[in-house]
Amino acid sequence: MIETRALRYEYPSGPTLSFDDVDVRQGGTLLLRGNSGAGKSTWLALAAGMLTPKAGEIVIAGQPLSRLSRGARDAWRARTVGFLPQKLHLSDALTVERNLALAFYAAGVPENRVTLTRALGLLGVAELAGRRPSQLSGGQAQRVALARTILMEPRVILADEPTASLDDETALTGLKLLENCAFQCNATLVIATHDRRVQKALPKATVYQIGRAAAAAWSDTLP
Amino acid sequence: MKTVALAFRYLWSRPLQALLNLLMLTLGLASITFVLLASEQIDRAFQRDLAGIDLVVGAKGSPMQLILAGVFHIDVPPGNISLQDAQELRKHPQVAQLIPLSMGDTFRGFRIVGTTVDYLEHYKMAFAQGQAWVRPMEAVLGAQVARSTGMVLGDTFVGSHGLGGGGGHDHGENLYRIKGVLAPCGCVADRLILTATESVWQVHEKAPMPVAAPMPDAAGDTHEAHAAQEPPREITMALITYKSPLAAATLPRWVNSSTRMQAAAPALEVSRLLRLLGVGSEVLRGVGAVLLFTAALSVFIALWNAVRERREDLAMLRMLGATPTKVAALLLSEALWLALLASVLGLAAGHGLTALVGYMLEAQHSLPISGRIWVPAEAWIPVAAVGVATLAALIPSVTAYRIDVAQLLNAR
Repeated sequence: MIETRALRYEYPSGPTLSFDDVDVRQGGTLLLRGNSGAGKSTWLALAAGMLTPKAGEIVIAGQPLSRLSRGARDAWRARTVGFLPQKLHLSDALTVERNLALAFYAAGVPENRVTLTRALGLLGVAELAGRRPSQLSGGQAQRVALARTILMEPRVILADEPTASLDDETALTGLKLLENCAFQCNATLVIATHDRRVQKALPKATVYQIGRAAAAAWSDTLP
Repeated sequence: MKTVALAFRYLWSRPLQALLNLLMLTLGLASITFVLLASEQIDRAFQRDLAGIDLVVGAKGSPMQLILAGVFHIDVPPGNISLQDAQELRKHPQVAQLIPLSMGDTFRGFRIVGTTVDYLEHYKMAFAQGQAWVRPMEAVLGAQVARSTGMVLGDTFVGSHGLGGGGGHDHGENLYRIKGVLAPCGCVADRLILTATESVWQVHEKAPMPVAAPMPDAAGDTHEAHAAQEPPREITMALITYKSPLAAATLPRWVNSSTRMQAAAPALEVSRLLRLLGVGSEVLRGVGAVLLFTAALSVFIALWNAVRERREDLAMLRMLGATPTKVAALLLSEALWLALLASVLGLAAGHGLTALVGYMLEAQHSLPISGRIWVPAEAWIPVAAVGVATLAALIPSVTAYRIDVAQLLNAR
């Protein structure tokens, strides 16, 4: 489902990151572990087609990303990838419902109110549809963001530090919801985290330590 | 959700800022609309009043004054000419038509002009009620006079002496009877009370000479009352049409050099006048342009801030799969919404302002200006608005287009 081969990324003004190869099956869960700055977010951005690797290949659901033009990658991302960023990026100019509708807008597909209501219902926040994001609690906001992530029924859900700055109980609930959502969509779930609680909560997940190859690359650049 | 709908929501997510920008753009567009409307209508009024009059002949003095008094009725005439001189001029081989005008009295600020029915025919005036005068002391009211005084067919009135309005004595024993009311023409005849030349003679020949020295009549004690006590009779001026355009080369010079009268060519004087007025409308246009530029700057700042404030929103849209073009189009649409709303409001405000000025001018019996007409040049208002908004949105849109999604998501 997700395969990477000899993946390398070079920052415009910085070091080159090399990543070990990854192979995750459809519906599986992958934990990207590593310290801050190890390259977890970069890996997620590469997998979402938001960054272009310097070398190597990413194949997701049989689609090699290097074969897609920039525009095609945007369209592909809209249909295939659900991205849950660490900072939730809910727009306060819009209501919760309109924030979700942005996913339809970005994908360029007609708005489907049934899907929208179902996604909010699945995460137990249907009654918040008319509120502004600033009126929500942290947990509510995360549920709303998650509802937006799964709205287009993605094949892959990429979550960046979903438990950061959450207490144990909320973190656990959040992870269960994430796992449940991925299960409902039969999506492959990738969670980038340095939080040890995540591994405990998802014992069956494949763990991929980021930083070994990256660290090696770092040392390559030193004299 | 369409881009335009989303842009509208984003625009009004900061209502105060949106309103201020809208106000700025609207003010700029409204002032330009006003200048367009006013200058076009003044131009048209001049053209309409001038139609077919090749030459104005009157007493020696300022030619501009002669035109303003004789054609537009907004100045006092320089003096009188003898009827005999005018009659001789009528016989000149290059004169096709000569319409005499006799002025000197007003009724409630509206001028009473003695002339022949040729004047009505010349301006192709239609009657709303009644008909032209047949005998002396019968009068025809212009549309604005009728509306403003509320007089109707059969009513009588007396003129007051002088063109200044309200300064002179009444010609109490000489009653004018209203014989007809003209349909509105949007020209000078709307503001005139027309009667036979003989009426003016009759009023002033019977008028008692003031016992004491007459009050100096600042507005122009020009009429023939004092001279008319003994013949020969006088008129104030004459409007002339040429038999052929060639007359323009010789007739004015002949009148000026060989008679006691002065000839003034309206086309020449009006273009001189419009050049003088032109400075005023250039200034107004300049002010409008400055307003518009300020508005553009404010829209630019607003959009620039919007990009900064909404960097994350825009990056999030990219993350959700929106193309860079779509994100840039979103910002551009916001600017276009402002342009559209400002065009509508600016045109409405411009017409409102013109109507207000027109109302004030009408109260002063001056130029007819209406807020209800549209001029073709107004089509440029939305074009200017869209141009300004697009220009202001250009840099913010490009910035939005180039937003680096990954970098933003990495930011904690």
